[in-house]
Amino acid sequence: MLSIKNLHASIDGTPILRGINLEVKAGEVHAIMGPNGSGKSTLASVLAGREEYEVTDGEVTFKGKNLLDLAPEDRAREGVFLAFQYPVEIPGVSSTNFLRTAVNQVREYRGQEPLDAVKFLTLMKEKMKLVEIDQKLLSRSLNEGFSGGEKKRNEIFQMAMLEPSLSILDETDSGLDIDALRIVSNGVNQLKSDQNATIVVTHYQRLLDYIVPDYVHVLYKGRIVKSGTKELALELEEKGYDWIKEEVDSAATV
Amino acid sequence: MSTLTKQDTFSSLFTAAPKNFESVRKLAEESFLAQDIPAPKAEEYKFTNIGKKLEQSIVNYSAALPIEVTIDQVKSALFEGFEGNVLVFSNGKFLPELSSSIESVEISLISAKPELALGTIAKPGKDAFTALNQATFEDGIFISVPKKTQIEKPILLLSFNQANQGQVIQPRVWIEAGDFSEVTFLDQSISLGESSYFLNKVVEVKGGINTQIRYYRLQNEGKNVIEVSNFETDIQQDARFTSVNISLSGDLVRNNLTLNLLGSNSEGNMYGIYLLNGKTHVDNHTNVDHTIPHAESNELYKGILADQSRGVFNGKIFVRQDAQKTNAFQQNNNILLSEEAIVNTKPQLEIWADDVKCSHGCTVGQLDEEALFYLQARGIDKVQAKGLLLYAFAGEVLEKIEEESFHNYCVSLIQERLGSKF
Ligand SMILES: Nc1ncnc2c1ncn2[C@@H]1O[C@H](COP(=O)(O)OP(=O)(O)O)[C@@H](O)[C@H]1O
Ligand SMILES: [Mg+2]
Repeated sequence: MLSIKNLHASIDGTPILRGINLEVKAGEVHAIMGPNGSGKSTLASVLAGREEYEVTDGEVTFKGKNLLDLAPEDRAREGVFLAFQYPVEIPGVSSTNFLRTAVNQVREYRGQEPLDAVKFLTLMKEKMKLVEIDQKLLSRSLNEGFSGGEKKRNEIFQMAMLEPSLSILDETDSGLDIDALRIVSNGVNQLKSDQNATIVVTHYQRLLDYIVPDYVHVLYKGRIVKSGTKELALELEEKGYDWIKEEVDSAATV
Repeated sequence: MSTLTKQDTFSSLFTAAPKNFESVRKLAEESFLAQDIPAPKAEEYKFTNIGKKLEQSIVNYSAALPIEVTIDQVKSALFEGFEGNVLVFSNGKFLPELSSSIESVEISLISAKPELALGTIAKPGKDAFTALNQATFEDGIFISVPKKTQIEKPILLLSFNQANQGQVIQPRVWIEAGDFSEVTFLDQSISLGESSYFLNKVVEVKGGINTQIRYYRLQNEGKNVIEVSNFETDIQQDARFTSVNISLSGDLVRNNLTLNLLGSNSEGNMYGIYLLNGKTHVDNHTNVDHTIPHAESNELYKGILADQSRGVFNGKIFVRQDAQKTNAFQQNNNILLSEEAIVNTKPQLEIWADDVKCSHGCTVGQLDEEALFYLQARGIDKVQAKGLLLYAFAGEVLEKIEEESFHNYCVSLIQERLGSKF
């Protein structure tokens, strides 16, 4: 589904991603871990099409298409979904209007009929249950005045509405209490199928107790320096990142 | 280059001015001669070089004669959903045969009201263009709402303007609203043709105590029109006046809006949007004068500027020594969509009383790129995403329009503009 080869990206001339390789197949869950500042959000943003990042080398194909050629909105319509680490507050844009516009533009791109108001509301009600989000939140402006947890929940709710084939969850767990974490993870797990794939970006192992990954990758200084299975995450929880840093940094100086 | 002077530029207007209101006109003429057309660096016109603009092509202005307007033109000009009373004007001249008669409202030509205290609200000494209008206007309209009357449907002042370069259209409006009355005005003009005439409008509103007056104006003139308007109202005890001014087009537009809070528990509200592209220049100068205790004023102007357009905002708030317990709020926010667009914004507060609540703020920024990316990342097309964000920005002002059909009309005009050009 997703194939990343030797991806390099920089911001304002500073290289951040320095040769990422990653293959993600339908049905898989990949976790990307790594210390703060290692480039996890950068990778997620580059995949979603954020323009500040300049891709200087490498390629990304998604369902056979060159992803890097597509505008952010077309990536979303093709089925890429980024749950933001920091969801943006947008005063004056109602959550419901926003979602309806988004859903219908995505449907149009996929050759589906637009949803009328009634069908849209029915779909919304159904998906709201999934993440136990309150109707009242959705009658407000998008993310405006939402608590951290409400914002994260709203991201997963939007994911449920847009039915992506590749979901990238950027630190969706951070700041959540256990109840919220359970609800959010439960939502993600219910949306999982053998048709879609999930990339979970996190620096805590905790989330991976709830969303169990098939593969775990460690990102450090813009490269994937270690890959393994969920046991790697447990090892990281126990030992921290220092041993990996040391391994990488000493290898670099030799 | 010579500076414009009253002698050459507008001399034909003075010669051709009607003979009524003799002393009123004479005083205004003297006032105009004393003030002259604002010089390039004149403080009040610092960012809006109207003299240069007027001088650019024209040596000697003349008054535009009315053009013929048909009932079909009026019908097709009415916006969708409009229900109310229409007063039709052609180049400033009132056309009673095309206008509604409004139950219990007195409507007359200003020329039929020789006793009218013209210029006692919008005083000619305050602005040269008020003086010019008052000295040389052809005729105008007098509208009087009797006391304790609620005019349920809005009164639309619908102006058809068509003139050549070098011609002046000078609408003059006098509105009276008796104590405890309530009325909503909609003000809209239709420019026929593309020429660069000069529109110089003066509106005076005399409200009684405990009145509720709303004046919503849509400025969507031809893109070559030069326009100055002076609007002033006295707000008495327990009365509330609200102005919403939406500027969408024109070459150079200058609005002077003045609210005088004269009675306690009075409230004055000034809201505006300027949504500009091309080389359009819109200057909103607003004044609110708190002269008495316990009055409130609210002001919010928002600008969205594309291309090489320019917006000027100047908001004066006076709080006089007696005006204790004043609440005065002012905000001006701008979004620049191009590097060549310019905004000059200046709050000007003069506060002589000590027990007051005043706040003001102004911002000039770009479209929020984070928000734009967020919307795109959800599958929303970039142009539409921009439109959504800009509309959200403007919406805060649009929602101040309490007349539903007019609100919807302005929303549709603005959405159309935001969905395409910007
Ligand atoms: N917009 C930006 N401008 C400058 N530097 C940035 C920007 N975004 C990220 N960086 C830098 O790139 C590196 C990786 O950041 P990020 O991808 O956010 O890491 P992570 O998500 O793994 O914590 C950090 O050193 C950070 O300072
Ligand atoms: Mg991050």
